[in-house]
Amino acid sequence: MCLAIPARIAEKLDNDMALIDLGGVRKEISLALVDDVAVGDYVIVHVGYALTKLDPEEAERTLKLFAEAGMVQTEGAS
Amino acid sequence: MKYVDEFRDGELARTLAAKIARDADSGRSYSFMEFCGGHTHAISRYGVSDLLPANVRMIHGPGCPVCVLPIGRIDLAIKLALERGVILCSYGDTLRIPASESLSLLKAKARGADIRMVYSAADALAIAQQNPQREVVFFAIGFETTTPPTALVIKQAEAARVTNFSVLCNHVLTPSAIITILESPEVRKLGTVPLDGFVGPAHVSTVIGSRPYEFFAEEYRKPVVIAGFEPLDVMQAILMLVTQVNEGRAEVENEFTRAVTRDGNQKAQALVSEVFELRCSFEWRGLGEVPYSALRIRASYRLFDAEARFGLAYRPVPDNKACECGAILRGVKKPTDCKLFATVCTPENPMGSCMVSSEGACAAHYSYGRFKDIEVVVAA
Repeated sequence: MCLAIPARIAEKLDNDMALIDLGGVRKEISLALVDDVAVGDYVIVHVGYALTKLDPEEAERTLKLFAEAGMVQTEGAS
Repeated sequence: MKYVDEFRDGELARTLAAKIARDADSGRSYSFMEFCGGHTHAISRYGVSDLLPANVRMIHGPGCPVCVLPIGRIDLAIKLALERGVILCSYGDTLRIPASESLSLLKAKARGADIRMVYSAADALAIAQQNPQREVVFFAIGFETTTPPTALVIKQAEAARVTNFSVLCNHVLTPSAIITILESPEVRKLGTVPLDGFVGPAHVSTVIGSRPYEFFAEEYRKPVVIAGFEPLDVMQAILMLVTQVNEGRAEVENEFTRAVTRDGNQKAQALVSEVFELRCSFEWRGLGEVPYSALRIRASYRLFDAEARFGLAYRPVPDNKACECGAILRGVKKPTDCKLFATVCTPENPMGSCMVSSEGACAAHYSYGRFKDIEVVVAA
């Protein structure tokens, strides 16, 4: 029920609406719940509404965190 | 897809699993509750529980709005559609929930009720605008994630002076449900549900932020790690919980920093508090009546409140006696402890709500885990 997906803003439309791109599939959603969203930004979409902007730097940081667990493991194994 | 595929990488999952196995103290056990149905689904679908050492156990929580919706609330929606002739719009999730008299919204539709599945609250408002001669009711369910869109659509209906649109509000609140779990006798006194920490909600937290959980960490000394809904997010959160327990800490940590801040989405919060107020009490399947655990529409938006508009009175209805959904939602029992599980109760023909939504503990285990329980016998 609370499922939501990250999607790229492909085009901004009138009335706080936008067109998102989901791996080639395009859909109209509402931006009424978020501020300062630009074309190219990623937003988290739930039931047709963007809930929040996705922070690409934080996403990178989290991915690095996963990789670090692996590095520690390699050290431990050697 | 970007921001999805990277968080499902199998290689990284194995390294995280190895780290969890190494860090988990073999001299003790760890029990963590994933509150959200979204996490339950991810854990079952991606086999996360199989990657964990035997002494790290995940307990499914009550964070599936379909599962906790009591029969009496669905009865109200069915009544509106069958007896009052309204067009009832609902998210697809609720259509198959078993209600009174062997009905569900889907079966009521087969009896001629005008029930329409919508993707968005905005679609329900559009249906009202296209059918000005009919009453249109939006059956609104969901936690804090789904509430802001409902608030927005009520404000839009007011602005556009749509007079044939109303909302049957069933929106519920995550923090109240967590308190109920923490205060339950199974956790506090009996110790039948050992709880060492929580994997905190992903998308609920994008709206409410991480601040509301600080109370649980401080007051109940339980660590909370907010996590995204992808399998690597869940595993990283479990690792962070194991670390907190090992170090004797009980803090709120955020693994889902790419979408969750401490304050959340304040624009959405303001909108919700403008349109909704707390209900004194609301019945949850499995948890019973929980004080201040749900929202109702404020008097200033009364015109859009289906309960006021149609004079609806709530009547509680007991669950099927053999169904263990209640105990499963409290973390006391597992799906396989229920006699109905995978016998008479299946996703095609659900008896209880946990088998309806793919995020329900029973449906998730039925879809992805039920063959694990059967011993493999090699033919001679």
